[in-house]
Amino acid sequence: MIEIIEAGRIERHYWQDLWRYRELLQVLAWRDIAVRYKQTVIGAAWALIRPFLTMVVFTVIFGHLAKLPTEGAAPYALMVFAGILPWTFFSTAVAEASNSLISNSNLVSKVYFPRLIIPIATVMVGLVDFLVSFALLLALMVWYAYPPMWQILLLPVFVVMAFFASLGIGLWITTLNVKYRDFRYIIPFLVQFGLYISPVGFSSAIVPSKWRLLYSLNPMVGVIDAFRWCILGTGAAPWPSIGISLIVALSFLWFGIRQFRKMEKSFADVI
Amino acid sequence: MSDTVIRVENLSKKYLVGHQSAERERYTALRDVIGREARNFLRKAVDVVRGREIVQGDQVEEFWALKDVNFEVKRGEVLGIIGRNGAGKSTLLKILSKITEPTAGRVTLYGRVATLLEVGTGFHPELTGRENIYLNGAVLGMKRADIKKRFDKIVAFAEVEKFLDTPVKRFSSGMYVRLAFAVAAHLDPEILIVDEVLAVGDAEFQKKCIGKLSEVATSGRTVLFVSHNMTAVRTLCSQVAMIDRGRMPVMGEPSVIIGRYSESYAKSTPREHAWDCPDQRPGNDRIRLRRIELQNESSSADEFAMSDDITIEVEYYNLVESTRLAVNFALYSVDGSEVLEDWSIHEETWAKKLMPCGMFSTKCRIPANLLNVGTYSLRVIFFDAEAVRPLYEYDQRIIFSVYDNEERDVLWHGKYIGHVHPKLYWLTQSLGEGERAR
Repeated sequence: MIEIIEAGRIERHYWQDLWRYRELLQVLAWRDIAVRYKQTVIGAAWALIRPFLTMVVFTVIFGHLAKLPTEGAAPYALMVFAGILPWTFFSTAVAEASNSLISNSNLVSKVYFPRLIIPIATVMVGLVDFLVSFALLLALMVWYAYPPMWQILLLPVFVVMAFFASLGIGLWITTLNVKYRDFRYIIPFLVQFGLYISPVGFSSAIVPSKWRLLYSLNPMVGVIDAFRWCILGTGAAPWPSIGISLIVALSFLWFGIRQFRKMEKSFADVI
Repeated sequence: MSDTVIRVENLSKKYLVGHQSAERERYTALRDVIGREARNFLRKAVDVVRGREIVQGDQVEEFWALKDVNFEVKRGEVLGIIGRNGAGKSTLLKILSKITEPTAGRVTLYGRVATLLEVGTGFHPELTGRENIYLNGAVLGMKRADIKKRFDKIVAFAEVEKFLDTPVKRFSSGMYVRLAFAVAAHLDPEILIVDEVLAVGDAEFQKKCIGKLSEVATSGRTVLFVSHNMTAVRTLCSQVAMIDRGRMPVMGEPSVIIGRYSESYAKSTPREHAWDCPDQRPGNDRIRLRRIELQNESSSADEFAMSDDITIEVEYYNLVESTRLAVNFALYSVDGSEVLEDWSIHEETWAKKLMPCGMFSTKCRIPANLLNVGTYSLRVIFFDAEAVRPLYEYDQRIIFSVYDNEERDVLWHGKYIGHVHPKLYWLTQSLGEGERAR
C-alpha cells in the first residue's frame, strides 16, 4: 500500500475517504448516544418530557386560548405533536452540530479523518432521540384513537429530508462557529427565532394562501407540512411547499458542505 | 522495490501570521477607529457570511514552518527526530499524519501508517475501559474486527482486567495512560509515528513503552520517534534527524547528532534578557516582562560554580489589578528531563496579597551545593495562584551551566551521577577493636 501526501490531495479523495471512515462515523455516533443516555438518569426520559411539555403548552396557548384551527378532524394536540417531532430533531441537530467540532477539537487536532464525520454523527444522534419521541407519538395516537393512514409509510422519506435540512444548516453554522468563537452565543437565539417562524404550534394553513409559497422558503415548513400529512392523513399532499422546501434544504446542504470543506483544510490550524 | 518506506521531498509548510499595526500607533482617535471600522465592517460582514478566512490584524506575514525538507527512512529503521520548540517537529508530524496539508512538496509512504500524537485521543471519561478501547481503536483507524481480535492482548498489556467495566474517569492516571498506550501499541502498522508519548507515566511504564517500541522496530517495521528525551532517543533510535527552524534536518548516528544538538542549544542562547524598549517586551495583556537575570554572589552570570548561590530575578509589569500572582520556575536538564520546580507561593511579602498593577521584581535563590555539574534550562511561568491558571509563559528558555570547583583529594575527577549534588552529611567512626572480621 502506497500513500502519498501533497497539497490538494485530500481534497481529491474526499468522498472515498468519507466512505472508508464510515465505521468511525458509527462509533462516534454510538459514543455520543452512550454518553448521553449514561450521564443523565433521565437520559431517555428527556427525549419524551421536552416535546410532551412543549405540546401541552402550545395546545393550550394556540388551540384553546388563541382558538386557531387544527387540520381536518385531528385533535389539536396531535397536530402540534406532529410538528414538534421534526422541529425538535431539527433544532437539537443544528445546535449540537454547530458545537460538534469545537467540542471534538482534541480529535481534530490529533488524528486525520474527513471532518464531515463529526457533524454527521451528531445529527445521527438527534435521530435516536427522534425515534424515542416517535414512540410517544404512537402512544398519543392510541390515546386519541386516531389510526394512521397509508401515508405514514412515506414518513421515512421526510425524515431523510429533515436530516438533510438540519445537516446543511448545521454545517454552515459549524463553519462559522469555528472561525468566530462568539458565534455560539447567537445560535440559541437563531433556533428560538426559527421556532416562531415555523408552523410548530399552529397549522401552516392559517398562513394566507398567497404567502404560502414564500413561507415555504423556510425548509422546515415543507418538512412539518409533510409530517402532518403523513401522520394525520388529512387533506391533499402539500407537494408545492414540500418541493420548495426541498430545493431550499438541498441548496443549504450544498452550500454547507462547500463552506465546510473550504474551511476544513485549515481547521487543525485554527482550533 | 527499494527499501525506502518514507520519502519526503521538498516538503514546505507556510502559515500566515497577522500583526496589528494599529497597536503601534501612539494613540488612536475614536473617529479614526469608527471610520476604519465602518469601512471594514461591510467587507468583514460579507466575509463572515461566506465563511472566508479573516486573519487578525492588517499586516499579514508569511511564516515557513518547514522549508524544502528532504529525507528518507528505510525499512526497519527507528528514526529519532529532535529539535527545539518551534523548530518544525510538530508541523512535520502533523503533515505526516495528514492533520494538515503541506503547502508544497510531497511525502510518499510505503505502508500502513499509524500516528500517535497523544495517548488516549478521543477517550471519553464517562465510558468504561472496554468501550474506550473500541472507541480509541476506531479513532486510530482500526477496524472493529481487528480490535476484537487484539482485545485480550490490549487488556493484558494495560493490566486493567479488573476495571474493564469501570468508567475511565475513575481510573488512576497511571491506569489511564497504560490503557491508552496499550491500544495504540497494538495498532500493528507498518509505519509507526510517535510523539513525546513517553513523557507521561511512571518509570516502570516508560520501560514497557520503550520495550514495545523496539519490539515493533525489530519486527521489520519502521518507527519515527519525536522526543525531547535524549536518553530515550539514544536507547531507541538507530538514526537521528535534527530539525532547526524548519530547515533540512541533519541526519546521522544518535551520539553524533545529540552531541551537536546540545552544543547548539548552549551556544545560541542570549546572555541578556532585558528589554528596554517597551514594545519589545515579551508578554501579553496580563504580564509583561522587563528583565530576567541570573546572578551569582557578585554579578550577572550564566556560569556558576557548584558552590555558588544562584539567584534568579525577574522584573515584570503586572497589568491586571488585584491578581494573586505567583512566579513559577522549572528547571530542566539539556536532555529534557525534569530537575525541579517551585513557585513563589511561599514568598513572604506578596504571596498572600492581591497585587496591584505596577512593576515588580521577584527573586528566587537556588542554594549553593544543590545542582550538579551540567547545563540547565529554566522555564518561567506566571500563575494566577487563586485560580491556579497560567497567565503567561515566557517562550524562551534561559540556559545556564554549573561547573565543578570542588577540591577533591582523590584521583577521581568525574561527574557525579544525577542532577542534584547536595553536600550530604557523612560520618564514619571507629568502633574500636571489637571482633575482627575473619
